Order: sequence, then C-alpha cells, then structure tokens
Amino acid sequence: MSENTNGHEKHITSYTTYFLVWVALMILTFITVYISYFDFGQLNIAVAMFVASIKAGAVALFFMHLKFEDPITWLYALFPIGLLFLLIGMTILDTFTRIFPI
Amino acid sequence: MEEANMEHDAHHDLHMTPEEEYSSSKLGMWLFLGTEIMLFGGLFAAYAIFRAKYPELFLESHQELNREMGAVNTGILIFSSLTMAIGVTAIQRGKQMLAGIMILVTIICGLGFGVVKYFEYGSKFSHHIYPDTNIFFSLYFMMTGLHMLHVFVGLIVLGVIMVMTFQKKFDEKYSTPVEMGGLYWHLVDLVWIYLFPLLYLVG
Amino acid sequence: MANESVATNVYVPYLEQKGFMSWLVTTDHKRIGIMYLISISLFFLIAGIIALLMRFELMTPMADFVSPHTYNVLFTLHGSLMVFFFIVPGLAASFGNFLIPLMIGAPDVAFPKLNLGSYYIYIAGTIIVLYALLQPADTGWTFYTPYSATTDTDVVMITFGVFVLGFSSILTGMNFIVTIHKMRAPGMTWHRLPLFIWASYATAVLQLLATPVVGITLLLLIAERSLGVGFFDPAKGGDPVLFQNFFWFYSHPAVYIMIIPAMGVISEIIPVFARKPIFGYKAIAYSSLGIAFISFLVWAHHMFTSGISEVAATIFSFLTFLVAIPTAIKVFNWLATLYKGSIELHSAMLYALGFVFLFTIGGLTGVFLGALAADIHLHDTYFVVAHMHYVMIGGTVMGFFGALHFWYPKWFGKMFNESVAKLSWFLVFVGFNITFFPQFFLGIQGMPRRYATYPEEFQSLMALSTYGSWILGLGVLIMTVNLIKGLFSDEKAPQNPYGSLSLEWQVPSPPPTLNFDKIPEVTDWTYGYGKKKEVDA
Repeated sequence: MSENTNGHEKHITSYTTYFLVWVALMILTFITVYISYFDFGQLNIAVAMFVASIKAGAVALFFMHLKFEDPITWLYALFPIGLLFLLIGMTILDTFTRIFPI
Repeated sequence: MEEANMEHDAHHDLHMTPEEEYSSSKLGMWLFLGTEIMLFGGLFAAYAIFRAKYPELFLESHQELNREMGAVNTGILIFSSLTMAIGVTAIQRGKQMLAGIMILVTIICGLGFGVVKYFEYGSKFSHHIYPDTNIFFSLYFMMTGLHMLHVFVGLIVLGVIMVMTFQKKFDEKYSTPVEMGGLYWHLVDLVWIYLFPLLYLVG
Repeated sequence: MANESVATNVYVPYLEQKGFMSWLVTTDHKRIGIMYLISISLFFLIAGIIALLMRFELMTPMADFVSPHTYNVLFTLHGSLMVFFFIVPGLAASFGNFLIPLMIGAPDVAFPKLNLGSYYIYIAGTIIVLYALLQPADTGWTFYTPYSATTDTDVVMITFGVFVLGFSSILTGMNFIVTIHKMRAPGMTWHRLPLFIWASYATAVLQLLATPVVGITLLLLIAERSLGVGFFDPAKGGDPVLFQNFFWFYSHPAVYIMIIPAMGVISEIIPVFARKPIFGYKAIAYSSLGIAFISFLVWAHHMFTSGISEVAATIFSFLTFLVAIPTAIKVFNWLATLYKGSIELHSAMLYALGFVFLFTIGGLTGVFLGALAADIHLHDTYFVVAHMHYVMIGGTVMGFFGALHFWYPKWFGKMFNESVAKLSWFLVFVGFNITFFPQFFLGIQGMPRRYATYPEEFQSLMALSTYGSWILGLGVLIMTVNLIKGLFSDEKAPQNPYGSLSLEWQVPSPPPTLNFDKIPEVTDWTYGYGKKKEVDA
C-alpha cells in the first residue's frame, strides 16, 4: 500500500518559529487586556473576538502545525466552526424574532 | 520478510506501516478536536444568546471576576503551549531528554493553572457566588468547569506521555503519542483564548 | 507463530477461536460487529415487547391494562431504548464495523483498540441506563425541559447514560472516517467505493459533529437538576426552547444517522438482485453527503409549535423541503436500477423493496409535516407517530432486516431457511402497514399522541392498529427464530451465493481473521453487473 512514503518528509517546526509565535501571542494578550479598560460600546466584544481569533489562528497554524496539513485536515478543522456559527446564528435568530418572547 | 522489531500483536503487525499509523492518528485527532469544538459550542451558543438578552447583567456580573488572575492564567496556559510545542519538535529531532523536560514544564504549568483556578473558585464561593447565582455565573462555572475538566484529562495524558518519553519509548522515528498529546493540549489553550475575553474582559 | 500462518496462507475463519476471553479482548472488527449486533438486537426485541404492551393498552379507550403513569414510563422506555440503544448505534456500528474494512480491502479499521473501547463505552452507557430503569423516567425520549428539569423521576441517571453512549458514537464515527480515508486498498478510488461506504462516511460525519451538541445539552440538563443552573428555566432568566434548539440540532441529524446506513444497504442489495449496474452511482454517493449536510440546517422543524419565532419557523420550513431533493434522487435511482433488471426476489431483496415503498410513504408524509401550516394542525398527533414509524421501521428497520438476510451467509458462514424468511417478511410487511397506516387517519382526525386513554370514536382504528402490531410481532418472532436456527444448521454458506462483485464476497465465508491473504488490487468499480463475466475470486 505504501511503496513511496519516503517522499513524505515530516515537517519539523523550528524552536525560533515557536518562540516568535509565543511573543506575538503574549503581545496580543497584553493588548486585549489593555484595551478592555476602555469602553468602545458595542465594539468591545467585536475587538476582543477579533484579537482572540488571531491568537487562535496562530496557535492552530504553528503550534498545531495546521499550516502543513493536507486539505482533509483543513476541512475538518474548519467545518465544525462553520457549524458552530450556524447553531449560534439560527438560535439567536429564533430567540430575537419571537413575537411572544419566552 | 518484514522487520522483526515491531512487537505488537499479530493483528496489529500487518495492519499499518508506521507512516500510515502516523497520518491516521493525526487525522483522527483532528476529528476529535472537531467534536470538542462542538461540545464547547453549545456553551458558546448559550453565552451568545444570554449576553444579547441580558447585557446589563453580564456587564455587572463580570466585574466580580478577577481580571488579573484571568490574565495570569492566560499567560501560564500560553507558555505551556509553547513548551509543549518545543517538546514536540524536540522529540521529532530525537532529543528525548529535552522533550521529557519540556513536557514536565507543560504539566507544571497546567498544575499552576489549576491552583490559580482553585483560589478563584474559592474566592467566588466565599462571596456567596455559586452556579445558581445568576445566568452569567451559571455560564462562568459551566464553561470554566468544563475547561478545567479538559485540563485535568490533559494532565493525565501528558503525565503518561512524559513517563514514556523519559523511558525512551519515543524518538525521531516514532513520536506519534507526543504529537497527539500536544494537539490536545493546544486545544485546551485554544478554548481558553476565547473564554478569557468573553468572561473576564467584555462580560 | 503469527508470521508462519501468514506465510503459509492457511485459512483460519475469524470465528475459529473459541472461549469467552477471546471475545472480550478481541480487536477484530468482525467480532466487534457481532457483539454490537447481538446487543442492539436484544434492545430491539425488548423495546419491541414494550411497544406491544403499549398497543395492548391502547386497544380500549380506558386505561385498564396499565395506569397512565406506567404508560408514560413505557413510552419513555420504548423511545429511549429504540432510539439510543438500537437505531442510532444500529446499522452503523454493527454492519459498519463488519463491512467497512471488508468492502474497502483493509485488514481492519484504523484504530482496532479504540473500536473495542467504543464498544465497552456503549456497554457502560447501557449499564447506567439499565440501572436508571429501576426508577424510570417519564419524560419521553426527548427529555424536554421544563418538565425534565422538575419531574421527580430519575432523569439525571438516564441522561448521563445517554451522554456516555454519545461518546461511543463519536469514537466510532471518527474511527470510520479515518478508516475510509486512509485504509482503502490500492485502486479503490472514491468513485469505486461501494455505496454503503459512502453512506457510512456521511453517517460518521454526523455522529462526529452532531453528537457533542446533545452531549453538552444533556450535561446542562444534569447541571440544571443538580447545581441549580438556570439556562432552561424561565424563572431564572433561561429559555426552555433553547433546550429544544440544542436537542434537535443533534436529534435531527440523528434521524439521518439512523436512515443513511439503511439507504446504503439498499444500494448494495438492489443491483445484486436486479443484476444491473446501479443507476446514477455518483448521484447516490453525493446525495448521502448532501443529506448529511442539509440535515444540519433543518432542526427547528420539530419545534413549529414550541413557541419559536415565525421568522425562524418560515426559514426552517423552507429548508426542510430541501431534504426531499437528495432523498428523492436516491429513490429515483433505485427505481431506475430495477427497471428492466432480471429481478430475483430473495428475502433480502424483498426487504429492500419494502424499504423503497414504505420509506417513500414516510418521506412524503414528512413533507406534509415540514410545511408549516399543515404541521400546526398535525403536530403531536398520531400522524407524526405514523410518519416517524414509517421512516424508522419502514426505513431503517427494513434496511436492518435486509442487511441481516443479505450478509448473514458471509457473516456466519451458514444459511437460514429462505422460505421461512419470505414468510416472515410478508408478516412484517403486512403487520407493519396494518399497525401504522390507520394512525395517519387517527392523526388527521386529531387524536393526540402520548395518551393512555382516548375518546370512544377512535376505538375501531386503534384496535385495528393493535391487531396489526400482533402480526408484526409474530413476523419478527418467526424471523428471529429462523435466523438463530440457521446458526445451528449444517448447511455451509458458499463464498459468494449471490454472485456479488463487492470485495467482501471475494473472501471465504466466514472471512478469515485478517480478511485478505493479500491486500487486493482493485481495478473496477463494484457494480459492473451484466457488462462482463464474474471476476475471479
């Protein structure tokens, strides 16, 4: 089944890359804590989620090596997130368009 | 006719080459992480609905949480992710000692996270804040509690992997369990990355 | 030792090794499949007997056989056992385990030990729930809040058991997806895969990604009862409909976890006994994925009368109609495969035809219910009961019985009595229709479901339905006896009794421990009937 697996070298990420990603994560954490002391009104949560998503993306891509994975892995990494948005979106739609709110 | 160094049972022997086992385990692990996202997903959905419904309650209640402790824990968890990642690269390069130590550091960080959480919960209880206080604290305790449960499971898994690493069970040819443990640990970190701002920062 | 037996290619059937221990620690997917098969069949029979008791109670308008409370307990048991113990793990775990590696040309699933682990988790879940039966819940299998959060029966235990079962389902799904991705034999491309594999794949995706949502929902229900959390309690600012949103986000896809594997079975049986290549292979294959995907979009059609918003109801009503498209594609392709085929009415084929007929009724009545206006009238009446039994029995159980009769020789290396099998099919088919067809009329006339008593005017139809249930029960009994008797018969099954081209029939019956002496090289798709002579074994 696997005559030519030799062509598939495992990708090894260097310590330097990890360290840089970590520095970026710490900076982003600092930023998100810092700006939480200011009030942007409705934007608060949007900003916080935006920063969190950048952090999550960095963890997934580099720490978890998603960057070097095949399309199937990408599919199964992203599909649940889409489903999650669907669940949240449709449930919210239901909750806030009721004429007789429960 | 085949290499004699694989000492698994007969069934397993003919089953897969190490390369196939590696790529299968990795795909399997990612699938499992997908279910974890959906598991937490229910809580995130509940959070979204109740926050939209009761913004004042969330704003008021979240100020009861200790932002500094949350930030410290975030730092601890991100650092543990770094050490875990380094451990994975180390074992892929065949550095068993370094890998073992890095996993040990990761475990210590995980324990530290638990200790901080213990004091946090304790101070909430002493202020008579419980899961049934209001919807925000229901969410707080359910979300962080489920996350904590994942931390504990992760610690057990990493503990076993660490012992096996020090026993030189893994090397540059075979490092699958270390990498799988790492993926799981990073997921714990990923979830926290969202929990921290949602609960502590923006309420 | 192991290497020698491989080198000499001695045929050792997987059932050869005897003894209790050899089963407890087996990682052989075929044996694990058998263990699932026995477990789910047992629960099917128990839940079936409970159903007969319920029908017996319903023969007269009064609650004279059991009290209304006992009746509530009975339908909770019937629903929970059938849904969570039989039909959800059902075909996917038993036949999926047995067939997937054989059909794709692999020695086993990707993670054999995990596979055994899933089975033990399933058993752990069943033990918890059986324990919970000592003080049974009366919530119905859906555990709707607020009742489930307040009733004084033991909801926590049974919910926890179902939660544990969910884990088993998730791990099985994950195992199958990886197996199908990574373990296909050389030449077994995606478009050569048997359609049962496509169906199993779609099912596995649903198991993997929908189950955790019900997991967290049940966990929250437990927290609601034990910690005083108030997500579903209006008094604490919660929302009881939220429970239903979460619950159906899983449970609607779960309907397809139940039905898609059966569709896969039908796609295997029909071309073999029609001696024709399956018509519209790709359409059937991709419609399985299509159904799986759309099933995530329609959950709230179970909730049109639960107080959800009109906007949401309208959107979900529209989306629900979409499910009919991939389903209809399958039915049309099966019919086209039958057209001008040289049809052999083997008992498995009879079940397959029964499936197509009954499932079409079930599906079409589902379209009625998906229409918002009609649903408001028909919801929570016997129309829904009839609809869901046409889908579940007429669909999944027919598929399950068909699969049992079709793969029986391969699985056990023995034959059953074909004439008795045909007789039992006839009784099942007729009994089923007499039981459930009258319920459509009961529902249209407004008879609500879930009651132990009813007005006199419904008695004739209710009694007819009860008589039907006896015929159905007799049919299942005869079938069970016939299949068990077959195990002890001396008649050995040939390797390939139906001349199927699929890989599992190219190994001896029962298959050897490692399935294939040598991993096969696949050069053609599975359905090349009539185009060329039988491929050699």
